[in-house]
Amino acid sequence: MMASSYNAKEEDGHHSGSSSHGGPGAIKSKKPDNTAFKQQRLPAWQPILTAGTVLPAFFVIGLIFIPIGIGLFVTSNNIKEFEIDYTGVEIDSPCYICAKNFSWNSTTSCVCSVNFTLDQPFESNVYMYYGLSNFYQNHRRYVKSRDDSQLNGVESNLKQPSKECEPYRTSDGLPIAPCGAIANSLFNDTLELFHINQNGTKQRVNVTKKGIAWWTDKHVKFRNPGGSSNLSVAFQGTAKPVNWRKAVYDLDPEDPENNGFINEDFIVWMRTAALPTFRKLYRIIQKKPNSTPTLSSGRYVMEITYNYPVLSFDGRKRMILSTISWMGGKNPFLGIAYITVGSICFFLGVVLLVIHHKYDTRTNSAEIPN
Amino acid sequence: VVCFFPFVSPEEERKVKANDREYNEKFQYASNCIVTSKYNIVTFLPVNLFEQFQEVANTYFLFLLILQLIPQISSLSWFTTIVPLALVLSITAVKDATDDYFRHKSDNQVNNRESQVLIRGSLQNEKWMNVRVGDIIKLENNQFVAADVLLLSTSEPHGLCYIETAELDGETNMKVRQSISVTAELCDPNHLASFDGEVMCEPPNNKLDRFCGTLYWREKKYPLTNQNMLLRGCVLRNTEACYGLVIFAGPDTKLMQNSGRTKFKRTSIDRLMNTLVLWIFGFLVCMGGILAVGNAIWEKEVGFLFQSFLPWDPPVDNFLFSAFLSFWSYVIILNTVVPISLYVSVEVIRLGHSYFINWDQQMFCSQCNTAAEARTTTLNEELGQVEYIFSDKTGTLTQNIMTFNKCSINGQSYGMLNFTPLNPLADPNFCFYDEKLLESVKVGDSHTHEFFRLLSLCHTVMSEEKSEGELVYKAQSPDEGALVTAARNFGFVFRSRTPGTITTTEMGQTVTYSLLAILDFNNIRKRMSVIVRNPEGRIRLYCKGADTVLVERLQPCNQELISITSDHLNEYAADGLRTLALAYRDLSEEEWEAWSESHRFADKATDCREDRLAATYDKIEQEMLLLGATAIEDKLQEGVPETIALLSLANIKIWVLTGDKQETAVNIGYSCKMLTDDMTEVIIISGHTVQSVRHELRSVFFFFLVQILPNLIISGEFALVISGHSLAHALEPDMEEEFLSTACACKAVICCRVTPLQKAQVVELIKKHKKAVTLAVGDGANDVSMIKSAHIGVGISGQEGIQAVLASDYSFAQFRFLQRLLLVHGRWSYLRMCRFLCYFFYKNFAFTMVHFWFGFFCGFSAQTVYDQFFITLYNIVYTSLPVLAMGMFDQDVPDQRSLEYPKLYEPGQLNLLFNKREFFICITQGIYTSVVLFFVPYAVLSDATQSNGVPLADYQSFAVTTATALVIVVSVQIALDTGFWTVFNHVFVWGSLGSFFTIMFALHSQTLFRNLPNQFHFVGNAQNTLLQPVVWLTIALATAICIVPVLAFRFLKLDLKPQLSDTVRKLKFSFYDPSVSALLSSQCVPL
Repeated sequence: MMASSYNAKEEDGHHSGSSSHGGPGAIKSKKPDNTAFKQQRLPAWQPILTAGTVLPAFFVIGLIFIPIGIGLFVTSNNIKEFEIDYTGVEIDSPCYICAKNFSWNSTTSCVCSVNFTLDQPFESNVYMYYGLSNFYQNHRRYVKSRDDSQLNGVESNLKQPSKECEPYRTSDGLPIAPCGAIANSLFNDTLELFHINQNGTKQRVNVTKKGIAWWTDKHVKFRNPGGSSNLSVAFQGTAKPVNWRKAVYDLDPEDPENNGFINEDFIVWMRTAALPTFRKLYRIIQKKPNSTPTLSSGRYVMEITYNYPVLSFDGRKRMILSTISWMGGKNPFLGIAYITVGSICFFLGVVLLVIHHKYDTRTNSAEIPN
Repeated sequence: VVCFFPFVSPEEERKVKANDREYNEKFQYASNCIVTSKYNIVTFLPVNLFEQFQEVANTYFLFLLILQLIPQISSLSWFTTIVPLALVLSITAVKDATDDYFRHKSDNQVNNRESQVLIRGSLQNEKWMNVRVGDIIKLENNQFVAADVLLLSTSEPHGLCYIETAELDGETNMKVRQSISVTAELCDPNHLASFDGEVMCEPPNNKLDRFCGTLYWREKKYPLTNQNMLLRGCVLRNTEACYGLVIFAGPDTKLMQNSGRTKFKRTSIDRLMNTLVLWIFGFLVCMGGILAVGNAIWEKEVGFLFQSFLPWDPPVDNFLFSAFLSFWSYVIILNTVVPISLYVSVEVIRLGHSYFINWDQQMFCSQCNTAAEARTTTLNEELGQVEYIFSDKTGTLTQNIMTFNKCSINGQSYGMLNFTPLNPLADPNFCFYDEKLLESVKVGDSHTHEFFRLLSLCHTVMSEEKSEGELVYKAQSPDEGALVTAARNFGFVFRSRTPGTITTTEMGQTVTYSLLAILDFNNIRKRMSVIVRNPEGRIRLYCKGADTVLVERLQPCNQELISITSDHLNEYAADGLRTLALAYRDLSEEEWEAWSESHRFADKATDCREDRLAATYDKIEQEMLLLGATAIEDKLQEGVPETIALLSLANIKIWVLTGDKQETAVNIGYSCKMLTDDMTEVIIISGHTVQSVRHELRSVFFFFLVQILPNLIISGEFALVISGHSLAHALEPDMEEEFLSTACACKAVICCRVTPLQKAQVVELIKKHKKAVTLAVGDGANDVSMIKSAHIGVGISGQEGIQAVLASDYSFAQFRFLQRLLLVHGRWSYLRMCRFLCYFFYKNFAFTMVHFWFGFFCGFSAQTVYDQFFITLYNIVYTSLPVLAMGMFDQDVPDQRSLEYPKLYEPGQLNLLFNKREFFICITQGIYTSVVLFFVPYAVLSDATQSNGVPLADYQSFAVTTATALVIVVSVQIALDTGFWTVFNHVFVWGSLGSFFTIMFALHSQTLFRNLPNQFHFVGNAQNTLLQPVVWLTIALATAICIVPVLAFRFLKLDLKPQLSDTVRKLKFSFYDPSVSALLSSQCVPL
């Protein structure tokens, strides 16, 4: 690659060094410069793995990881979590009928209710999630099937959605807003929670639906199109996604600020999950001002408007209630992993120390290999 | 410069008519314009790209790029491939363009040189490129010859002129050229303008020393030889002016014909790398296959049912087709296991190492003002793996400064046996004196006189007499110079020569001999003769040459003298001197006439001219009378014994291949410590026939067998000395294995009396059978073949011109620099390259294999784990510089240590640091890292939420977490691998980490998103994710799990099985540990 034998300059005067073929130089010393860089004598730090550095490192890692692990484990254990599957696979499950009779064309919603009991009261804010299993939100074709410009309120993309949205790009000649497979498959079950009092009356548990999406998503990434404050005008000339029952500007009938692309349920759904089993934040049950627990122990009923079919692809739907700590939700793995890794490090440190000592006594008398 | 090259069929014969451009144009000969550049502005882009895409790796990436344009397959956006590819292509293109720019510049300069051309009867200045075949040009003193020209006439008598051919063959002495006599009178432009001779000659070729043609002029034929030609590249010297007829121009000249691309040498690491890249391709296809099968199963079992939410893309109607597409999609996203930047990085590192060699002050020779030079930049790491060194003797081990030391005249030996000059810098001319010899010259002993007369006549030295008495000799070989100078000091002064005469001053009297013939020296004849007629008219042939060839040609009458002289010769040779025998023969006028006729006949022959001439020479060099012998000393170079001792301690076997006599060679072997008195036996093989050589080899073999049998290792050290004629038989296909096994069992091998071709054959033999890296070092034209055939050729820029240097890969001025080149630079280069490759493969596997594991969780849909920008930048920004810095600057032990402990060189010879096993370890570590990097975030994040309850398991957070963990893990790994933290390493390691975070925050910023929402959809992700403690806990956990086992393994290896380099490295820190240093020094340091 770099070797060519003839160079016209070699014909020219005498064979000169690689670098200098400048002027007709007088007899100039070609002695290379005596710089640390050129002579490869740059000052350098030369670490070596000695027993004095490696063994303490192992012990230090061990000593740091184990307490962190214990802390994490305890924190995680203090978090209360309740999970219930309401897919309706079993014949005796309350949503069996709804699941069985699902039809894309039906206009009426099927409602089912699931009873459950909380053994322990949930203190502080309680977070309510819906969970899906075997749902491939991370499939390549699914992930790319969206138009972020459209979701950002760019007018041209509202009318001319990106090709990535195919086959959910247009419907009956009208552009779909929001387009794409992700939006089209928006989770549309409604979950309502009721506490059953001692006397058997159902009392609705108050939930908020604000603050479930990322701040940047809500305020930067997702924006409604057009200057018009009336969303139905802004979205004129577009079609709703084919699976949807209502238009994008009607998603939240209660709060007009929570409609269009900035509907938080919609935003949460659009942040696709990394794994086929995932949970998404649905509602927050705010802590009560007085000292009563947010969710006291006792019987509850969850009323579900069953709109979302998952049985066809063997999916599952769950509802999860969880409290939260500084490190997020329940996560036993992290604590256990830290304790394990810390212990292994510590143990390795001990083993290596023993080996080192045994070997050290041997070397003093013995051979050094060639 | 625009040169036009007509496309013509190969010439059979060249016809050139002087002063007739129209006639010559019929043949469309090439013009005198040369183009060594490859491109011009228009062709640069297409031609350079075309050349670059001939590289397999580049084509592969182009193929990937095309695949990515298919929307159903495209799993990565186009820029992830095109950015690195464009970067790699443009780096190479810039390099090529710079090279070519300088070539253009020198082409321009050469093509625009002025030369005087005879056009229509008058001399006109023309640019070189406008000179045509058939033009007559005028050359002046010290000018370069513009083309290959036929010398027509000169300003000197007899049509003589002198040239220097240093650019062609590296010989710095002057040579004579003579025009044929009929044209010698054409001295002025008017006569020349009317010259209309036609030359018929051979087509363009690259043979520098022969030319064969005929001049037809005025109905007569005149033979033309090389003696009549001035070749392009020569310089006219000591001649006022001369005229020549252009025969070959531009690309047809012998100079250009000789400049074909040299054979491209590849290192063993290169070959291994290519194999590994092929394996990785295979691996890639397997991975793609596995994932495609997975995709088929998934699409059949799940994807088909999932169609209510995610319908198949229109062309896909069944799972098999989907699997087919997914295979290609995975080939695209897994392509980073074959790193595109690998080759470029390797080149950059090698270039850096070459500069370090050029810059090394300790390989600079201040006497000759020459620094070491890496002429090939692609072989550096091979310098760390050399097992065999083939060395020339003269000029390589020795200084090639000859001093006349002893002589034997008519059976009487002269010379101070124990004379050693007190001052080592004393003028070599005065080293020799022997009262007896001076006496015998003075008294006029006829033999002594004849002896020195021979020395003053029989040579090809040119003299230059700047002022009266100030004679300067220019000799082709230093031996000749020494002999002529000796004769001069004893009163037989060679003054000057013309083609027909030699003028000498014999004991104060000027005598002019007419020179009848010179019977040239060559390697086969090993002798040269002159035939002269002295002023009295007596014709005498003087011959000097190797004793073996000369003794066969002597008159057998005086056997006693012959045997005494032979004894002397052997004595001299045993002292390590170079010997020559001298003889003469008187010729009668008739003998001379007869021989002269046959000589002329042979000279005119057009086919096998050389052979015929040699046969003619052989005829007359018979029946000679012995005069005596000369012995010339060639001193060893500084530091040679130490260097050889050090290199053999480094387990490098040194073979000396020399043209000298066996005794001389053995003696030099002793004086440079190759042979020692401790050696069990020095085996000498000097058989002349196949049988005797075979017999000798067999007996050595049995001898070894006896030695081996008791303990299965060869106890004791052996040395082998083999002579050229035995070697010729030993190199026969049926005997070479036997020879090889014997030779390789020996510690030192000396081949004497070998021809240049045999030197190359020996090298080829080792290359063929031993799979070892060979290095050939030499200084003369006879070493060129050996230098070219060895893996690494080293040229010593010494007394014998620069031909060896031009053919070499590395050049320097002193043999002793070889130890630094190999033990320091070679060792470091090898170490750095190996560490670089290990890490490079590791980091790419760690990076890429994460996609593979993710495949099992994303329906085998070829969804990438990371952001597209991260994939684009990972190899070229985030991880490239730290490993480059390591590959450039790493040192495990300082340079003086590797010279103190030559055993440190061994890992390179055994190929321990990077081989298939090491490669598997690297990629296993890479795959392990990828498993950790995927499954730890998977396990942690799948249920984790932010501290505000929002789940963390969204795709983008997962991507950021994994990418951050990856960059941190590979950075920690490079920090572990780097053993020598210079300021560059710090800047690059910390800088890369810093750039990762900076670039990520920039790419996830709102500004970019607002402008291009579809490209920068990770908006806000970096801050949202990286502010979560859980994410950092995950990264720390993954890093610990990746690094702790590596740390433990490395520590165990260091503790239980330390390599010598580790021990030496530790030594620096614990100088006072006497046990270690004592052990080491007892084992490794010879002195």
